[in-house]
Amino acid sequence: MKMIHSLFLINCSGDIFLEKHWKSVVSQSVCDYFFEAQEKAADVENVPPVISTPHHYLISIYRDKLFFVSVIQTEVPPLFVIEFLHRVADTFQDYFGECSEAAIKDNVVIVYELLEEMLDNGFPLATESNILKELIKPPTILRSVVNSITGSSNVGDTLPTGQLSNIPWRRAGVKYTNNEAYFDVVEEIDAIIDKSGSTVFAEIQGVIDACIKLSGMPDLSLSFMNPRLLDDVSFHPCIRFKRWESERILSFIPPDGNFRLISYRVSSQNLVAIPVYVKHSISFKENSSCGRFDITIGPKQNMGKTIEGITVTVHMPKVVLNMNLTTTQGSYTFDPVTKVLTWDVGKITPQKLPSLKGLVNLQSGAPKPEENPSLNIQFKIQQLAISGLKVNRLDMYGEKYKPFKGVKYVTKAGKFQVRT
Amino acid sequence: MSSNSFSYNEQSGGGEATELGQEATSTISPSGAFGLFSSDLKKNEDLKQMLESNKDSAKLDAMKRIVGMIAKGKNASELFPAVVKNVASKNIEIKKLVYVYLVRYAEEQQDLALLSISTFQRALKDPNQLIRASALRVLSSIRVPIIVPIMMLAIKEASADLSPYVRKNAAHAIQKLYSLDPEQKEMLIEVIEKLLKDKSTLVAGSVVMAFEEVCPDRIDLIHKNYRKLCNLLVDVEEWGQVVIIHMLTRYARTQFVSPWKEGDELEDNEKNFYESDDDQKEKTDKRKKPYTMDPDHRLLIRNTKPLLQSRNAAVVMAVAQLYWHISPKSEAGIISKSLVRLLRSNREVQYIVLQNIATMSIQRKGMFEPYLKSFYVRSTDPTMIKTLKLEILTNLANEANISTLLREFQTYVKSQDKQFAAATIQTIGRCATNIVEVTDTCLNGLVCLLSNRDEIVVAESVVVIKKLLQMQPVQHGEIIKHMAKLLDSITVPVARASILWLIGENCERVPKIAPDVLRKMAKSFTSEDDLVKLQILNLGAKLYLTNSKQTKLLTQYILNLGKYDQNYDIRDRTRFIRQLIVPNEKSGALSKYAKKIFLAQKPAPLLESPFKDRDHFQLGTLSHTLNIKATGYLELSNWPEVAPDPSVRNVEVIELAKEWTPAGKAKQENSAKKFYSESEEEEDSSDSSSDSESESGSESGEQGESGEEGDSNEDSSEDSSSEQDSESGRESGLENKRTAKRNSKAKGKSDSEDGEKENEKSKTSDSSNAESSSIEDSSSDSESESESESESESRKVTQVSTPVFVPTKTHVLLHRMSGKGLAAHYFFPRQPCIFGDKMVSIQITLNNTTDQKIENIHIGEKKLPIGLKMHVFNPIDSLEPEGSITVSMGIDFCDSTQTASFQLCTKDDCFSVNIQPPVGELLLPVAMSEKDFKKEQGMLTGMNETSAVIIAAPQNFTPSVIFQKVVNIANVGAVPSGQDNINRFAAKTVHSGSLMLVTVELKEGSTAQLIINTEKTVIGSVLLRELKPVLSQG
Repeated sequence: MKMIHSLFLINCSGDIFLEKHWKSVVSQSVCDYFFEAQEKAADVENVPPVISTPHHYLISIYRDKLFFVSVIQTEVPPLFVIEFLHRVADTFQDYFGECSEAAIKDNVVIVYELLEEMLDNGFPLATESNILKELIKPPTILRSVVNSITGSSNVGDTLPTGQLSNIPWRRAGVKYTNNEAYFDVVEEIDAIIDKSGSTVFAEIQGVIDACIKLSGMPDLSLSFMNPRLLDDVSFHPCIRFKRWESERILSFIPPDGNFRLISYRVSSQNLVAIPVYVKHSISFKENSSCGRFDITIGPKQNMGKTIEGITVTVHMPKVVLNMNLTTTQGSYTFDPVTKVLTWDVGKITPQKLPSLKGLVNLQSGAPKPEENPSLNIQFKIQQLAISGLKVNRLDMYGEKYKPFKGVKYVTKAGKFQVRT
Repeated sequence: MSSNSFSYNEQSGGGEATELGQEATSTISPSGAFGLFSSDLKKNEDLKQMLESNKDSAKLDAMKRIVGMIAKGKNASELFPAVVKNVASKNIEIKKLVYVYLVRYAEEQQDLALLSISTFQRALKDPNQLIRASALRVLSSIRVPIIVPIMMLAIKEASADLSPYVRKNAAHAIQKLYSLDPEQKEMLIEVIEKLLKDKSTLVAGSVVMAFEEVCPDRIDLIHKNYRKLCNLLVDVEEWGQVVIIHMLTRYARTQFVSPWKEGDELEDNEKNFYESDDDQKEKTDKRKKPYTMDPDHRLLIRNTKPLLQSRNAAVVMAVAQLYWHISPKSEAGIISKSLVRLLRSNREVQYIVLQNIATMSIQRKGMFEPYLKSFYVRSTDPTMIKTLKLEILTNLANEANISTLLREFQTYVKSQDKQFAAATIQTIGRCATNIVEVTDTCLNGLVCLLSNRDEIVVAESVVVIKKLLQMQPVQHGEIIKHMAKLLDSITVPVARASILWLIGENCERVPKIAPDVLRKMAKSFTSEDDLVKLQILNLGAKLYLTNSKQTKLLTQYILNLGKYDQNYDIRDRTRFIRQLIVPNEKSGALSKYAKKIFLAQKPAPLLESPFKDRDHFQLGTLSHTLNIKATGYLELSNWPEVAPDPSVRNVEVIELAKEWTPAGKAKQENSAKKFYSESEEEEDSSDSSSDSESESGSESGEQGESGEEGDSNEDSSEDSSSEQDSESGRESGLENKRTAKRNSKAKGKSDSEDGEKENEKSKTSDSSNAESSSIEDSSSDSESESESESESESRKVTQVSTPVFVPTKTHVLLHRMSGKGLAAHYFFPRQPCIFGDKMVSIQITLNNTTDQKIENIHIGEKKLPIGLKMHVFNPIDSLEPEGSITVSMGIDFCDSTQTASFQLCTKDDCFSVNIQPPVGELLLPVAMSEKDFKKEQGMLTGMNETSAVIIAAPQNFTPSVIFQKVVNIANVGAVPSGQDNINRFAAKTVHSGSLMLVTVELKEGSTAQLIINTEKTVIGSVLLRELKPVLSQG
């Protein structure tokens, strides 16, 4: 397994704007195979992540309108490379605030330094953000000014303490004047609702994201009122697995800063509450160049909370030319090129349900669409974890100060689709 | 273009990107390349000037721009001489960027690259581990064949470095050297073997990586490390975990017997080879003996389980494939939940995971059936994901769920994504053949689709119906008639061809329609697709044979058209058919059988999953994804019929274990036990079992699980302190005591930079642990208790004894010729120094060889390396001619062989002199019992141990000869030994008091093993190097 040989970053218009080689140089022309595959695939989403060429294999990911194409020479678990490439993109995001072509080009030296540290001879070396930040400090305006005056550099000259310790994810010597620990319990409902409004499939997936700003070496333990709800959990490496297995308590020494503590799936035995319903009537008349479109959204099983941030996205059939709609609430846009209808609804007030209705103009002469489009719905409910999961308490050991603790709950729509 | 590149010349930094894009797209136009080159020349001039300036900021700027050029794939090679000069820059950022440059261009400019080598060689000795490591990284990344020997040396040294981070980099360097020069293989395997023994979790992943790269077939190197790797696995970094798990999967398939019951195999037809007649007997034999899983096999399966919870998809997949390939089939079920979880991840991960699930779901439906709905397709999924999900849904379809599935499929067929709709139709066809109950329903559904408005859907339906009808000998005249009508409207060639074939095949069932179809086709023959033409010919032939009265002329007309067709395949086929069906004088015996040939019963096509044959690849591999054998794919072997000797995995219990006091051992056991996450259930058994086991190491293999566990625990208890640190974070409670104790001890002994750092760290993590544990109060008490205990203990064993031998060899300090008649010699009296207990005492004899008095002899300016201290002798007023005087002084060498330089002055002159101590003189002998020796040795293993094999004539291996040789070189004390073949010596370093344990163990023949255990690995290895030649010479 020789892992990653080279990396090319390619933007949407097919320009290779960065290349990095960890071994001998591989010519850019290897990317032609990638472009070929890209052409064959109708859209970017369908470019196969693994491509075989006569001398190399190309494994790519698509992130934030960029392709990360890695060149591989020998057998390697493809997920290994994919997972690593995403980690690279995450790191860029973390360092530059966004993972875009402009950001990468502006920081090309830091990007190079990062890539150099993240991979040695094609094998991952340091991927923990806490370690990398000790080796290479993220750019800030203040620092670049200071550096230009004092001549100091962004590059650390000692081995990050994390590299050698048993807790590589945490940097040493963390100090804050305000010690805070915040946890966001974010649950997403994935659902497929069929034409008649009954649930074909529904599932709750959750994550707990943490933002920890605590001095020293805090040892935290987080317990739940109802841990049995969590069916399948994946952990940040900091969590002590044993403790979870025996007591269902999350015990860990946290990384510094933002990180994902766990992600979980709520056991499928529990019935999933569906907080919204959609009444819809979409029809296209035979041999006529118009159709009717009428949808109404209403609250259902919303646990007495307000449903907000509602957006409905519909990929209309190709024959739709334009849409003439009126809405009782929010605003809508229809993009005649991509045929995407977006309706930004906002909050639901039960007194007056938001609706969107009107006429659809079809290409004349074309056969009427076979199928009605599915509605993709986004929404958000603050201060509610739809599964009922509740954090019981957070205790800190190992440090003397009293931290400020906070837990926030949010429920969102995940892949929430209504078939019509 | 030239103006383009000119303007680009004026810009700097990010602005160049747009031009570059154009270059990248226009594939190497020579003029463009030239324009670029000429402008580069000019641009590079100012870069060169910047690099040559004395200001770091200018250099840094230049380097940043150069790196920018490299990143864009532009040639910056001509700057090499200017860049390489900065390789020794003090500014770490410049240095790093120079490294980036070097690695990129060294291969092209090999001669110039050599200029930088000495800098790296120096950096390899730097006290800062990050610098040592990065020097090794760059040195090994420079692909210049001339430096292979230097690389080899650097790797060897780095593999014994104190810092696990440097050792990790050494493991990486192994692969680089191997790809540069495969002839170094044997030597590299030696290093790999050594590093495999390393107990640091940091090194484990990298060295296994090197193993896979250099010598994946040397499975024998793994045996002894197998249990250690299994136990460390949870704490290894995630990337290393993937590599180790894949390697261990291969290992398990060669070392253990199959845990799959015979019944299972029959069920999924996985191992057909068992079924051959020859094996029959063996098989029944095997059945009689109940299967028991090798405890090591179980260890692997158990220790990988927690990793299913990893956030890293690659780790989860690695564990999943391990379970799939080596666990009993009843246990593999637990992986499905985790794999389904990965489906929430990004599309690339989904793609790979779905592929693997597809392969699995063919063989073991049951595993994924509960998650059926997780594979339901959303309209927003990319097509490749949709088709994979569909594939899995098909594999999972059975009598119970087919009606739900068909309803779901109905939605898919209507999808706007036509490619996906077509795939769904294929799927319905497969379900129809696999599940007899629904065949008719499916067929009806498909027929309905024939009236679909979309041509692709109709075409696909036709193709599928054709296949279905072929499988069904039942009459389906109506459907065929319906399809014949479609010929008027449908244009897709495959569909037309399928319909024609179907009509030809069933021409006797639709006698009225078939000739009519042929008539229509004859009319449109010339404008049809080749595929369709072939089928028209076919149809004509079949009708000619069954219904020649109506179709004879038509067929001949078609045959004539075919004869002059542009496509040679069609001309060929026409000629062939004509000969076969049209009787003439030349036609041979074959034409008699023409009807049988054309209308033979044709075997129905099998509608199979495209993932059917993928299972011979190891899951999760690139080869599996591509369904072709990728370069470097390592075949997973079949289970052996009979398990190879399991005892090879037993770690040699070091003999000293035998003589530990029961109390001491119990302590070790207790504390070590909790380090591994899974060991709790064995708590009771491991104590008792390890007793018996330590009596005879070879037995332990048969002792079953508890024995194994005890074994590995013991193993772990020998870990170095840094190793223990890595464990302590995971656990709480009991072991805090032990770690703390260890630390206090380690701290007392080691003063080296690295050691200290590590201690600090473990201390902090300890204290946090201690407070988190439930037994907070008691733990702090016992901690201090054990601390004091351990201190008194260590004091006891390190009592300095009198030197057993004082060599009389003197060293020249100042020669009389260079000292203008003053000569000075020094020797080491091996006495504790009276000036300070960290100093080495030295006696200097001064001689006056002149004929005049030398006055005021004293020590002048001292040039000592940092840390070294020196106690000088009192000035000598005068030394008579021919007179001599001996004075003593003391130097604290800080346990290193650094040279102490100072000036020896007389009234008139000053002479610079140096004293560099032989390493053996940095020691003081220690009296110690054999028991203590073994105990201390047990704590100084792993990276604290160096060893070498010595070959010499047997007469040199008598205890007295060895004794004489060793004490001649080093100031050590002999330890009384119970065995004749083992000589032990103990000493402590003068400065820090670290133990230095020397063991010479005579082996069979004329070899002996020389082992040195010490925390001071540097002087340990120097001592080893000095002892080795002395012991082997006659």
